[in-house]
Formats: sequence, structure tokens, C-alpha cells
Amino acid sequence: MKHTIAVIVENKAGVLTRIAGLFSRRSFNIDSLSVGATENPDYSRMTITVHGDRDVLEQVIKQLSKLINVIRVSELDPSESIERELAIIKVNADKESRSEIMQIVNIFRAKIIDVSHRSMIIEVTGDEEKIDAIVQLLRQFGIKEIARTGKVSMVRGARVVKA
Amino acid sequence: MSQKMTGAQAVLESLKREGVDVVFGLPGGVLLPLYDAIYQSDIRHILVRHEQGAAHMADGYARATGKVGVCIATSGPGATNLVTGIANAYMDSVPMVAITGQVNTWLIGKDAFQEADITGITLPITKHNYLLRSAKDITRVFREAFYIARTGRPGPVLIDLPRDVTVDEVEFTWPQVDMPGYRPSVKAHEMQIKKAAKALMEAERPVIYVGGGVKYAAAHGELIELATKINAPVTTTLMGIGCFPEDHPLSLGMLGMHGTKYANYAIQESDLILAIGARFDDRVTGKISSFAPRAKIVHIDVDPAEVGKNVRVDIPVVGDAKNALQGLLKEVSPKGRSVWNEKTEAWKKEYPLRYIPNDNVIKPQYVIEKLCEIAPDAIITTEVGQNQMWAAQFFVHKDPQKFISSGGLGTMGYGFPAAIGAKIGRPECDVIDVAGDGSFLMNSQELATAVVNEIPVKVAVLNNGCLGMVRQWQELFFEKRYSATILGRTSPDFVKLAEAYGAVGLRATKPSEVESVIRTAMATDRPVVMDFIVNPAEKVSPMVPAGATLGEILDLEWCDDAQSCHLEKIYAKGRKDILGLEGF
Repeated sequence: MKHTIAVIVENKAGVLTRIAGLFSRRSFNIDSLSVGATENPDYSRMTITVHGDRDVLEQVIKQLSKLINVIRVSELDPSESIERELAIIKVNADKESRSEIMQIVNIFRAKIIDVSHRSMIIEVTGDEEKIDAIVQLLRQFGIKEIARTGKVSMVRGARVVKA
Repeated sequence: MSQKMTGAQAVLESLKREGVDVVFGLPGGVLLPLYDAIYQSDIRHILVRHEQGAAHMADGYARATGKVGVCIATSGPGATNLVTGIANAYMDSVPMVAITGQVNTWLIGKDAFQEADITGITLPITKHNYLLRSAKDITRVFREAFYIARTGRPGPVLIDLPRDVTVDEVEFTWPQVDMPGYRPSVKAHEMQIKKAAKALMEAERPVIYVGGGVKYAAAHGELIELATKINAPVTTTLMGIGCFPEDHPLSLGMLGMHGTKYANYAIQESDLILAIGARFDDRVTGKISSFAPRAKIVHIDVDPAEVGKNVRVDIPVVGDAKNALQGLLKEVSPKGRSVWNEKTEAWKKEYPLRYIPNDNVIKPQYVIEKLCEIAPDAIITTEVGQNQMWAAQFFVHKDPQKFISSGGLGTMGYGFPAAIGAKIGRPECDVIDVAGDGSFLMNSQELATAVVNEIPVKVAVLNNGCLGMVRQWQELFFEKRYSATILGRTSPDFVKLAEAYGAVGLRATKPSEVESVIRTAMATDRPVVMDFIVNPAEKVSPMVPAGATLGEILDLEWCDDAQSCHLEKIYAKGRKDILGLEGF
């Protein structure tokens, strides 16, 4: 079972190592991790996807909370939150295939951000399933390279996860 | 009001303000400015002979006094030598601040001489650590470090101190601690206390299971009060030893792998376990799925992450043991003696800890009993292995700060430096390290520290010529193939070793000599090593085999003369060669 947690951490050197180290030494399984600045420059926000049962999730949250540089840990219920990932995909594209690729891009509301005689780079955002789906469809043309961010997530409505 | 000083002076001033009066350490190149400040300070510095000794001394000091222990080591190898001691303190939740030297900030990451990434190395074994990059952060970091080390669930904090940071000038200010990410939960939730009290009142077969958390919270008074008020029997972990007086009728002694049969039986029969400041370690629970199968579990712990980590908990109470026990005391009403009390008492009578005494061969258990008889109020530290288990089993412990042992990490070589630290913290107490011939050698260089600083600790080496606990497992589970556990031929003469350092060495080879050796040692105001040549075949009993349930606790054969023969033959030659001792 997959869980998404938002972690507000102090924006200090070594914090990512502390968190990554905790996951590896306690044998927690991490599927994705993304970090970025927040509205407050003193803090960063991580979105971490882990898998395991409820007991594992509880331990993950408690162990993370013990780290001195961790300010807040919050589980994000997928039914009440928005999740987004971004991917950029370099795909083979020549005269014959270009228009077909553009149709797929339109259907997914993705963007073409680079074109050359033999390739295109496509930018797509969405939840994990959407990105998996476009990747699947683009495979027929030959994918040369993919770069995906981890997931970021936020609760719908007025509720906030803040320091 | 602020004052200009060097970073090194700011470190010393910070230590003073935190109430530190003694530090354990060994200098080195990058620490020259700090040691120059130590030279001019009135903080006592104990020079050790190996940094591991410094860490264990700070640890023993902390456990004996309840204060934060401080150790200092230089960059690179000095710092890495602290690692075992820091890990040991981390596993047993000991409040400690470790200060390490580091190369100049501009050399960090360049593989400079004696550079080691000690904050990286100690990340998983510290409660928190710091790499100071500016002298202006010194006071804040030291305040935070001491605060983190001693509050909540205590633990070691490391501060890495680059050389230039100790040289730079700084205005001394003493800031308030403000850490948004660190708010230890101390006060137990009232609702949970009420639930726990109700469960205790309803229970017919309660057992209170006590760990080191009670010791660190200084809650043993409240524990005794609660147990007697509701007539609930009490068992302790190795870390909880002394929290409940073992001569009390409600005491079940230690539980777990080498615990008493009656403690383990009581756990398995119990309908309510009240766990306080204990973490359901595998050495305690045996096979976890069948631990206390009939019991509801109430778990009081200051560390929320411990609750529900190893076992399912019915009533979690997150909070400091003292606070929670005070709350419970208000909520419970007195309970009289019950059938359950009669049952546990009958088990105590039926299955006491025992061994077969012998007139010709010294039994290690006998040495412990004699130590207890002659020095009942001594602080006992231990090494790790059979010596540790016998010291836990056969000494009657009554004071939580007077049994000091490496529980979680199981560090051989811990007991002797810990004894030195304890003696420095509590000079009015006798301090005895119960050691084995294997583990004592792991930090015996600290004899020099004890002699030079005139710290009259006593070491009782239970010399069985082998790495006894591993040998015991080989005997039981590896068909007596004693792979790499027989030391007989290779151990030094411990009497001569002591004398070489300027300490006193004494030896007992016969049971009749044990008492006089102990009495002579205790009457000597110098460091003493007592070498007790004990029966090598003796095993720690009873025992829950690894992976078995607590109810399956076995009596191992108690050694009589005939059973000892096999090993004696192996050892006899070595002993004759080294010690000139003929047989047993």
C-alpha cells in the first residue's frame, strides 16, 4: 500500500542525508522523494511516497518526527489531495511520426518544448497514472530519455500543512 | 553583556554554564587551541589512553550521576575511535555530548590530514549532531546539544569543531534554546492515564515490566509506590535493573533470555503488562509473536516511536515515566494480595536462580555473591557476555544508578572505562567492574588512566580462559566446536598486567581465597585487578534459546566436576604454560 507524506524540514545542510539515511537504516521503502523551497525560506518541503502497511507508515512518521530538523510530518490522504508529477520525455520523431506524436501530446494536454529533425522533447504534468499512460503511448516511437520529478502533493481546500 | 574571546574559550565557557565539571579526552593537532583553553580552565580533564575509553567514561559518568557526560577527541582517527562509545550511548539512551576536532573549514572535503566526515559517520548513532562552521554559532549549538542530550529520551549529541572555529574571536552571548523541530513530549495524556489505570484495576494477573526509562526519569520511587499499592509484581530489563529493589517481595528480577524463570512465566501468564520505559527488545521478548499471549499491553514511553514499534499496544501512554507514574498513582486505588501474588511467589520458591557450589573450583556466580556480600552498596559495571549476566543475576541490585552495563549494543570493553567514569562522578561509592578475561583486554589500557588520576576502581576478572558466552552457544548449538573462543593460552597474566601499570593485582585460584581477595581489594585505595580463575565450563542459566518463547526457558546443566572435565582439559595446558597453574 502506498502512502504520501508531506515533511516540512529546516532548510539546512545535511537534512536530506538525515532523512535518506533514516529510510535506509530502518528498511523503509521509499518510492519517490521530492524537495523544494516553501513560502518560508527557512523551511523546505519534501513529498515522500512510501509503501508498507499502516504499522510501517506509523513508524515512518514517528521516526521522521524524531529528527531535530524535521518540523512537521503529515500524511496526505490521496482522496483529499492533489498529486502532481512532471516528466520530460525525449522521443524519436521524424516527418512521418511527428503529427501523430503531436496528437497524443494534445490529448494529454502536454507540451512540446524542443524539436529537432529526429526528436522531440515533451513536457507533461499530472498524476503518476497519467504520466505512465503517455509514456506507454510514446514507446512505439522509441523513447530516448526520460526525466521525472518525484511526486508533489497538497491537500484540497483550506487545510494547510505548514511549520 | 558580552565579552570577546576565542572560539575555544567560548566552548569552555559554554561547558561551564552547562554545569560540566569534568571532561574525558585525548588531544590532537586540530585540538591544540581547545586544549590550550582547557589548560587555563578549571574544568577537570581526564586524559585517557584511547578515545573509546573517553566515550565509555563519559557514559559511565552520566549513568552514575544522571548528568550529561562529555568526551573529547581529535579529528580523523580520534573521532572514529569514539564511534563505538557513541553507538553504545545511543542504544542505551545515555545523555552525552561528544566533541570532536575537525580540520579547518576550508580544508573540509579535501581529504586533509586526519580528516573524517564524523557527522556523516555518526548520523545513525547520535540523537543529533552538528558541524560548526562559525564561531558565532558555538554557544547556541552547545546549549542545544546539552538540551537535546538530556531531555526527552536522552542520547548522545556530537559537535564537530573545525580548528579555525576555535581560533576565531567571538562575542560571548548565551542564547535561549529555540528549536521548532524538537519538543519532547513529557506530560502524559490524562485520558490515556485513566485508561491505563482502569486496565490495571481490572487486571487479575498484572506484571509491571520496567526498563531504563524509569532510571532516566528518576521514577523508581513512584514505581515502588505503585507496585506496592496495587500488589503488582515487577520485572526489569537489564537496563532497568535497580529501579525496583530485588529483595522486595514483589520483585521478579530480570526477564528475557537469561532472566529468571519466574519473571518469564509471569509474563506469559499475565493478563496485563504495564511496560514503562522499555522497548520490547528481542532479548527480552523471545519469539515476539507469542510474547505475553494473554495480556493486554499498556506501554508508557517518552519516545513515541517506541510505542507500537515491536509489539501491538492496547493502551499507549506517551510521556515521561515519572509524570505518567504520578498520574497513575492518583488514579488507582489500593489492591490487596491476590491468588496471582501467591502464584508468582510460589514460582520464585520453586525456580530460584541457582548454581552448584564447589569447594575446589571457583564458580563465577560465587564470586558475584561474595562481591554482593562484601560490597552490597557498590556501583557494579560490567563487560559483556557471561560476566554481565552473572552480575545481573547474582548481585542483589537495589539502586538504578548502581548497575551500569552495556545493554543495547553489547559492547565488550565497556565496563572498565565506565567504572572509571562512574567513580569520578560518585567518588564516595565503591565501583567494581565485573569483567571477563576477553572483554577486560579490550580497554585495559585505561589502567594507566586510573593509576595516573588515582581513581581507585576495582576490576573482578572472571577468568574462564574463553570468550564464554559465545563458547556457551557453541557448546549448545554448534556441537562443541569451539571456533576461536578459547583464550587460555593467549591471555596475559592479569596480576602482572595490573602491576605493569602501577595498579594492584590479586589472584584467587580456589574458592577459599575469593573472600580474602575481595576484602583486600576493597580495603585498597588504589586501582585493583582481581583475577579469579573460575570454572571454564560454567554456563549462564536459565536460558531462552533464540527464537523460542519465554515459557520455553531451559535450565542448562549446572556444572559439577564431571561435566567440567572436557573443557578443563583444553584449558589446563594453556593455563599451565602461562600462569603455572596446575589443573583445577
